[in-house]
Amino acid sequence: MKLREVLQLTDGKVLTRNTDLDLEVKMGCGADLMSDVLAFTHEGTLLMSGLTNPQVVRTAEMAGIQAIVFVRGKIPPPETIALAEEKGIALLASKYTMFETCGRLYKAGLPSCGLFESSLKRWREFFGEE
Amino acid sequence: MSIPPSTPERKREITRLQELVYELRVRDAMTTRVITVTPQTTIAEFREVLRANRISGTPVVDEGRMVGIISIEDLIKALAAGQMNATVGEKMTPRPATLYDDEPLIHAVGKFSSLGYGRFPVINRQGDLVGILVQGDIVRALLHQLEVEYHEEEIRRYRASHIFEDILADQVTLRFRYQVPGGDFERAGEASSRLKKTLSRLGIHPRIVRRVAIAAYEAEMNIVIYTDGGELIAEVDPEKVYLQAVDDGPGIPDIQKAMEPGFSTAPEWVREMGFGAGMGLPNIQDCADEMRLESTVGVGTRLEVVIYLDSGGRPCGG
Repeated sequence: MKLREVLQLTDGKVLTRNTDLDLEVKMGCGADLMSDVLAFTHEGTLLMSGLTNPQVVRTAEMAGIQAIVFVRGKIPPPETIALAEEKGIALLASKYTMFETCGRLYKAGLPSCGLFESSLKRWREFFGEE
Repeated sequence: MSIPPSTPERKREITRLQELVYELRVRDAMTTRVITVTPQTTIAEFREVLRANRISGTPVVDEGRMVGIISIEDLIKALAAGQMNATVGEKMTPRPATLYDDEPLIHAVGKFSSLGYGRFPVINRQGDLVGILVQGDIVRALLHQLEVEYHEEEIRRYRASHIFEDILADQVTLRFRYQVPGGDFERAGEASSRLKKTLSRLGIHPRIVRRVAIAAYEAEMNIVIYTDGGELIAEVDPEKVYLQAVDDGPGIPDIQKAMEPGFSTAPEWVREMGFGAGMGLPNIQDCADEMRLESTVGVGTRLEVVIYLDSGGRPCGG
């Protein structure tokens, strides 16, 4: 899904300069815990987050995430936007909640990041099944 | 896709396959040369179409528009009822379920298992019939992509090893050292960012780089959050990346406890920034091929992580 479609589906706005709206995101992840972003995404994921500090951009950089949507109408501080522009990471804003922002994109066909071995391991340990 | 119980090696391959079904589109897997019949075609003629093309079903097209789908099962039913002169229009399934050519392949996998059909006509967003997809196409596309990536990976490895070949010595290890100031949240992550860029420039496979970067970043955040400062040291040789995160205090009283997912001693302000949820060390372990943590209260902590360059480009936790 192109960022252009993400914007349309979420009635969103672009926060960074020189943003390539033709950038393709392959899947989506909604998270406010940065360790979850690192553990439960793949390269090319679109991140939805309510956190706006510069560490979100750092985390995205480490995880190979090229675009972030800030939900609930949260606008990041200038230092976050500056760091994102330096790293070439696109920042978008959505006025909808995390649930609705993710829901709109999922409904339009943006898939999730799928299942992870670490989650399955915990699942099996607790429920004792595959 | 169901996940069979597996060896670690197999697990990696399956994880990559799972990723690929998200990355590839229906159009990457579909057959574009679509054989079609019309509603006026008789069942006897339809049988000949199947036989001649060695296929088991076709879309039904009337004046350029797809109006249905017919398969070998419909043929068998007509045969059993002695209706070989009936028309395709009478026996077809009208308004068949379709796939869009730009949908991720995972949608096709889902539809095959939920609807139980043997094939899906593929249309573009304008509604034109552009291809057909059977389950075997999906497997073939995945295998093809894995093969292509395997070759790309070979080339990357060649590039990665090149610098080591150009330097004349019996053994070469590159050592990169980064200072991490404690408590400086503003700059936290800079060391890992620079390390990530450096490893990419060395030509190391992006998946390996991502794993090292995630491990380094979690380790760097721990130094920033809990200590007065420390350093990240990465040693790269032709086989592996050996990463150390070293600080001189305050130390971890109970390492086993610290390794438990969800256990954290982080202060509130750290949690508000999205860190300190007790997943840092478990995340590092998921990314590492080998990990060792030593700590003495009041003296310091040393975390060692080894990630092998040929560890199959598996994702963290894969």
